[in-house]
Amino acid sequence: MGFLDYAPAPESTSILHLKKSYGLFIDGAFVQGHGTPFQTISPATEQTIAEIANANAKDVDTAVAAARRAYDRTWSKLSGADRGKYLFRIARLVQERARELAVAESLDNGKPIKESRDVDVPLVAAWFFYYAGWADKLDYAGLGPSPRALGVAAQVIPWNFPLLMLAWKIAPALAAGNTVVIKPAETTPLSALLFAEILQQAELPDGVVNILTGAGDTGEALVNHPDVNKVAFTGSTAVGRAIAKSVAGTGKKVTLELGGKAANIVFDDAPIDQAVEGVVNGIFFNQGHVCCAGSRLLVQENIHEEVVDRLKTRLSTLRLGDPLDKNTDIGAINSREQLDRIRQLSDIGEQEGADRWTADCAIPDKGFWFAPTIFDNVSTSSTIAREEVFGPVLSVLTFRTPAEAIAKANNTPYGLSAGIWSDKGSKILAVADQLRAGVIWANTFNRFDPASPFGGYKESGYGREGGRHGLAAYLESAGWGQPALAAPVRKASK
Amino acid sequence: MTRLAVPKTYKLYIGGKFPRSESGRTYEVLTKKGGFLANASQASRKDARDAVVAARAALAGWSGATGYNRGQVLYRIAELLEGRRDQFVDELVSTEGVTKAAATQQVDTAIDAWVWYAGWADKYVQVAGNGNPVSGPYFNLSTPEPTGVVAIIAPQGGDSLLGLAAVIAPAILTGNTVVVVASEAAPLAAISLSEVLATSDVPGGVVNILTGSPAEIAPWLAGHADVNALDLAGAEALDWVDLQIIAADTLKRVLPPVTGAPAPSLERIVALTETKTVWHTKSLI
Amino acid sequence: MNATTLVTPPQALAPAERAVGLIGTDLTEKSLKLHLEGLPGVDAVGLEQRAAVLGTRSIKTTSKAWALDTIIKLIDLTTLEGADTPGKVRSLVAKAVNPDPSDPTTPRVAAVCVYGDMVPAAVEALGSSWSNGKDDGINVAAVATAFPSGRASLPVKLADTADAVANGADEIDMVIDRGAFLAGKYGTVFDQIVAVKEACRRDDGTYAHLKVILETGELNTYDNVRKASWLAILAGGDFIKTSTGKVAPAATLPVTLLMLEVVRDWYKLTGGASGGQRIGVKPAGGIRSSKDAIKYLVTVAETVGEEWLDPHLFRFGASSLLNDVLLQRQKLSTGRYSGPDYVTMD
Repeated sequence: MGFLDYAPAPESTSILHLKKSYGLFIDGAFVQGHGTPFQTISPATEQTIAEIANANAKDVDTAVAAARRAYDRTWSKLSGADRGKYLFRIARLVQERARELAVAESLDNGKPIKESRDVDVPLVAAWFFYYAGWADKLDYAGLGPSPRALGVAAQVIPWNFPLLMLAWKIAPALAAGNTVVIKPAETTPLSALLFAEILQQAELPDGVVNILTGAGDTGEALVNHPDVNKVAFTGSTAVGRAIAKSVAGTGKKVTLELGGKAANIVFDDAPIDQAVEGVVNGIFFNQGHVCCAGSRLLVQENIHEEVVDRLKTRLSTLRLGDPLDKNTDIGAINSREQLDRIRQLSDIGEQEGADRWTADCAIPDKGFWFAPTIFDNVSTSSTIAREEVFGPVLSVLTFRTPAEAIAKANNTPYGLSAGIWSDKGSKILAVADQLRAGVIWANTFNRFDPASPFGGYKESGYGREGGRHGLAAYLESAGWGQPALAAPVRKASK
Repeated sequence: MTRLAVPKTYKLYIGGKFPRSESGRTYEVLTKKGGFLANASQASRKDARDAVVAARAALAGWSGATGYNRGQVLYRIAELLEGRRDQFVDELVSTEGVTKAAATQQVDTAIDAWVWYAGWADKYVQVAGNGNPVSGPYFNLSTPEPTGVVAIIAPQGGDSLLGLAAVIAPAILTGNTVVVVASEAAPLAAISLSEVLATSDVPGGVVNILTGSPAEIAPWLAGHADVNALDLAGAEALDWVDLQIIAADTLKRVLPPVTGAPAPSLERIVALTETKTVWHTKSLI
Repeated sequence: MNATTLVTPPQALAPAERAVGLIGTDLTEKSLKLHLEGLPGVDAVGLEQRAAVLGTRSIKTTSKAWALDTIIKLIDLTTLEGADTPGKVRSLVAKAVNPDPSDPTTPRVAAVCVYGDMVPAAVEALGSSWSNGKDDGINVAAVATAFPSGRASLPVKLADTADAVANGADEIDMVIDRGAFLAGKYGTVFDQIVAVKEACRRDDGTYAHLKVILETGELNTYDNVRKASWLAILAGGDFIKTSTGKVAPAATLPVTLLMLEVVRDWYKLTGGASGGQRIGVKPAGGIRSSKDAIKYLVTVAETVGEEWLDPHLFRFGASSLLNDVLLQRQKLSTGRYSGPDYVTMD
């Protein structure tokens, strides 16, 4: 056994004090759900972690009513400064329980502990800290004079960054004065439930945040509830479309953060070693379960072979395995469904003629795993150049000129993110100007910060999360724009 | 003997030109009292399609112009409107049946709104965009960009000129190009506005104006995959919820209906932009 | 009509084998400069982040034990002070030979590193522990070429080198002319290294191993470090070394990572697994804790491969590092935290 076969370095789960079963978090307390409870499992071992309550339409009703009561009687009457103080408390508690949250996240989601510990959880705390400070400064946010909260926000979040997506939703909503009913993803409820405990420790007034675990129908019921003023969704483009349709005419404000097929553009004057690292980080970080993943490598043709060669060498030291081992780089795929989808799309990629290469990783017997895979010589008309795989699969395409790179990068209905690698400043700025993407990383990738707005163009959704812009989704401004017409009494015919 | 007038032909305005509808159809525009005013072109879905093509073709040039340049172009339009004040007043009096005083006020308000918006072209970025203080060695900047091609249902009731100004100016000052469905009952202001646009410096295709039936045309624009945003300002009387549902298929940004001409606002400008955030690594070594 | 030569023809450089192989027989300052300036740039933010991530590897239990032993075997135990005396050198050598008197399983260091005029004292003190041309035993490395500044004429620097070699030095740690480098005189820097390499030649035809100190702290930018690394390799260096230890910043993980990437690229370029040339890397100065040193081992293994964790290919230039490693070793073997009284001074 060589040095590179590092000895196991497991992060202990003894820091967790999990219950056998969890209820819904409504009006400040855990209560039984009325739907059929389900299990949440570890995708690395397929073992059950806990039993989770399932919210049915009645529970959604109760939760929304609680949020409404909290808004009317408590939260809308608090000063911005006080709302901020609650958010500061939450931020601090997240920091205090950071290790515990990271372990729970890796256990339930399958992502490496190195990432939940060093990226996810610190960003969660940062998000709450950042928005805490905005709560009493909304007049300065550049969103018009005297901006007002919308009321009750219905929020549905995905499984790829469970606690971070929760923070992205709750922090600005509360800072802006709204109350919240949030539905974590079906396969990753655990960190949200621990977060509910934190809300209790912070003594957040009852009903300000309500957490409903459940599946797709819970989310649907929540989004369509008539007493909700705002809908925020992060997830697939398909579901995003459906939500946009179902809220039409209801007067609810909507923001959507959907899929992507980002181009990571490497020019021949790129800082080559850092570009390779950036490409690896872009698609293999979080097992590729990232909406803004750099899933298409657009490499200048004159350095194509060299870059692919260096990528393969770099992938040889990526470690796939137990998410709770501190040296794991690639964790488990979140669910069997997702694994099947990745496999299916990869098979299509092979059938369509791309050259498939997979990193040599030992795959454990149990659990859901997919070794990092590169498809070389992919063309723009390939399925794997168009469709979001949402897994550790990189498609490699080439280009000859900056204009061609831009055209290929933009040639997609998506528009979430992009990467540019070059040592030439004027080129970076000009290329960034022309890329139709909401987040562009130059000589870096997958950087997130609560001060930095994140969101897509085109079918990657609309609205921004983070920064000053992230407040806009949760506020309306009296006397700034014309108030929109109230929804007509007649409902949509479709 | 009174002089025989030369009645104007009212056509569509697409790509900087004045074509008739490819369908050959027209419809009667009547005075408020029911007298014949004109045969306006009745735009078809193919005209709408052509307008979108023209708008898309004009986008690169228009959004690539500097804010200063676009502001100057908009200001020139205001100058030309001012020069044609009397013509517009007369048209409004006949089509909307309002008093001359009311028509004059409408025209003045429209010109003033246009001037107000012109001044935003090289400034809105400063107000809606900003640097972001991220925790790391990065220069991080968020900038609003035009969303692209915007389809607009202009206000359909009174205030036909003001309504047009109130929806077109905020859309195009940022670099968007537009396809506008004018007021069905009172389209003449739209066509006269087109003449102003055609003689101004605004490039062909930046503003395209269709006269005809919004109920017929709007669904085609709402469903068109190459339209980025849908402003339903004047769609109150349409099945606008259906239009939103159609628009959701391509995840268009949709502005909901409002009553009358929307008041000038920064919000309206920003609503038709996308925020782009760029991270740049910074290092001395 | 006479043709007038308007441009001064570029000066030919010493035809070092590697440089000629890569750049061609038209080896001049100009062709060298073009080559070096055509190398890819380095994004500092990305490089430093990669180094930081490598530093998060968790090396425990058996891996840690192996790492600690390996670190010791890779140390050039160093004293480079104006106040060095034969007595000080003897004390250093004693420690090198017997790092932890309380634990006979403790490995020995790779070499001792002293000033050229202290080489005789080191050789004598080592006695039978000296490698003396063989592959086992402890080497004597001598700094030369007007270490640390390098500010002397070439003849003086060559004489400095030749003296150390004649005194028995197995390895020479030379410094490059940073002034010439920063003034863009890459040919000058190149020729000096070639000349010093030649000065390492012994009468029997063998050569002392040449480590080329880049003094990365003075080169300042990562792009310069990349260029200087390539230059040193092309000129014939056996090792590229970060620092003299007399200038801050000395060795850092990102700079070492960068140099390892150059070494990796050279290995690949010259054939990789089919006969590729392996160049050594030595970070020196500022590495005081085992924790830090382990990060370097990880960086080496994950950049060029475990093969490089060998005294022929990697060294730590350190003095106080050894004691910290010994303390860690003691903790691993006794289960208790140890203290400064339980390790010896050098």
